[in-house]
Amino acid sequence: MMKSLGSIRRSFAPWADPASKPFISVRNVTKKFGDFTAVDDLSLNIYTREFFALLGASGCGKSTLLRMLAGFEQPTSGEIILDGQNLAGIPPYRRPVNMMFQSYALFPHMTVENNIAFGLKQDGMPKADIAERVAQMLKLVKLEKFSQRKPHQLSGGQRQRVALARSLAKRPKVLLLDEPLGALDKKLREETQFELMDLQQELGLTFVIVTHDQEEAMTMADRIAVMSHGKVVQVATPAEIYEAPNSRFVADFIGDVNLFDGTVTSAEGGSVRIETTGGIPLRMASAEKPANGAKAAVAIRPEKIRISRQPPAHAPINAAEGEIWDIGYLGDMTVFHVRLKDGKVVKASALNAVRAVEDPLGYDQQVWVSFGEDAGVVLKD
Amino acid sequence: MAKLSSALASRLVIIVPYAWLLFFFLIPFFIVLRISLSQTTVAMPPYTPVFDLAGGLAGILDKVREFSVDNYVWLTEDALYFNAYVSSLVIASISTILTLLIGYPIAYGMAKAPPAIRPTLLMMVILPFWTSFLIRVYAWIAILKPEGLLNQFLIAIGVIDQPLIILNTNSAIYIGIVYSYLPFMVLPIYSALEKMDHSLIEAAQDLGCTPIRAFWRVTFPLSLPGVVAGCLLVFIPAVGEFVIPDLLGGSETLMIGKTLWSEFNSNRDWPVSSAVAIILLMILVVPIVYFQNVQAKADSEGR
Repeated sequence: MMKSLGSIRRSFAPWADPASKPFISVRNVTKKFGDFTAVDDLSLNIYTREFFALLGASGCGKSTLLRMLAGFEQPTSGEIILDGQNLAGIPPYRRPVNMMFQSYALFPHMTVENNIAFGLKQDGMPKADIAERVAQMLKLVKLEKFSQRKPHQLSGGQRQRVALARSLAKRPKVLLLDEPLGALDKKLREETQFELMDLQQELGLTFVIVTHDQEEAMTMADRIAVMSHGKVVQVATPAEIYEAPNSRFVADFIGDVNLFDGTVTSAEGGSVRIETTGGIPLRMASAEKPANGAKAAVAIRPEKIRISRQPPAHAPINAAEGEIWDIGYLGDMTVFHVRLKDGKVVKASALNAVRAVEDPLGYDQQVWVSFGEDAGVVLKD
Repeated sequence: MAKLSSALASRLVIIVPYAWLLFFFLIPFFIVLRISLSQTTVAMPPYTPVFDLAGGLAGILDKVREFSVDNYVWLTEDALYFNAYVSSLVIASISTILTLLIGYPIAYGMAKAPPAIRPTLLMMVILPFWTSFLIRVYAWIAILKPEGLLNQFLIAIGVIDQPLIILNTNSAIYIGIVYSYLPFMVLPIYSALEKMDHSLIEAAQDLGCTPIRAFWRVTFPLSLPGVVAGCLLVFIPAVGEFVIPDLLGGSETLMIGKTLWSEFNSNRDWPVSSAVAIILLMILVVPIVYFQNVQAKADSEGR
């Protein structure tokens, strides 16, 4: 049976099918503000019914890209095609997309009902139809009882729902979400993430979300575009981003990672041998064949590193001795910081699958850290 | 001890504005009210009754019985006063509308200007206050009179060949009021527009509004508290305005401020002029109370 990266949430992968046509196509888009390049020659494709996340630190250009999709900014160069239509010069009020704002941007002088009906009234929809659609939207976000309230009479979570209902009321082809959960507390945010996913499935819409929260992007998105300095570093499914990052930046940006720098000593038969700067011989499965003597790094996630008192059978390959330097107990798992002989600190996490442990590991104990040949990814520098 | 003195301090802080209102508003108001109920006489002071503490409490009560509402009855009998009130309200209303029409775009432009130049623009709006109000109104005489700057300029560029008669007409009053009170309109509207979240306009456009519709559906309704404040700040003083109609207006211009002035100074009829002032106050209390309500409502909505 073929190995797969991560669990399969739904069998949906139009990006892997060369015959499928992208719904949104961003082609060589650059956006400059004066001397500052916010988005730098960026290209990407988004497909119908996809939940697509733009992930990056603040200032990486993700919001600017979203605002160009909405029409609030015009690209300095390049073009954006939506459903076969070039969006150049089309103002926001004529685009078949709607946006949910980070601040929600609810109209403070209007009731919840009028906020949701706002876009429909602009389209000149008959009154009866508007009432029906508004009722439908209120039901969707479970705010039926709050239709006559003003935004200032609602809690943060309720406002978020009104903003969502308002942006969905016009049944846009694409919904743009700018940090939609940023203002909610952690628990509510997690609940809402799953609600948004269900909603997207139910309505069959294309969602493009901007977030700086990797957990949020990993949970919700079909694909994630990791952005840095106005460029897309990697576009892939959450599992690919996590398990097969294409660069040090992505490996480091998403989750925790141990990076072992070293030199390639041999590469043959789908496996690469690397000698780390600390003198540990590593053997990693890799489809690529880097040249002997090339600089490379191996990225290994903490949960893929085992800790044992005895050296593993494959030692000294993919194994190193050290002492426990720090222990972080998180409840569901425990994170160990192991200091190797060369001073490098390796993070290893262990799932706390049972409640009571006989002879637990403690501070300052001498241990071995080890990992399998498919535990890590070889990254060329 | 510290607690006691801080309680005392906070009470003092509250007392100061109340004391101010008592001494500079409430007591003068009752003096004017009391004079408005008196009769005019050729004496010093020019009205009766005059309280005399020598007569004791009984003496004061005797004097109080002499109070009458004759002056108010008199105001209703002479059409001059009614016409002056109406004319003042009309002139103030038209001036307020004109000020709003000119002031709103100015405030809007200021609020949309780059943040770096906003303080400069604000300064330019406030700058005229650094010169005396009276001098600025006199300056308008020099501009508007038949051989004044405006007519000279218009004749020089060939737009007209006969000087326009603007000075000593109602037009001159409108120009004077709009000019003098413009900052009072611009500042509250600017402050309402400036604190508005720009993403609201983007949201309106995102939902299908053209920029013009977004203005009328979102920007303008949200700036209404500023518009109401500005209109009242212009309307209330404009109703009682005396200097501008006196200097720029004509002899046929009827405004209650002028009427009051001539009753007080030319006729030396303190009681009737006090009654005129009290009625004016009553007329103005209505918009002030309305304004307070709008403010309170806006505050409760957290804007």
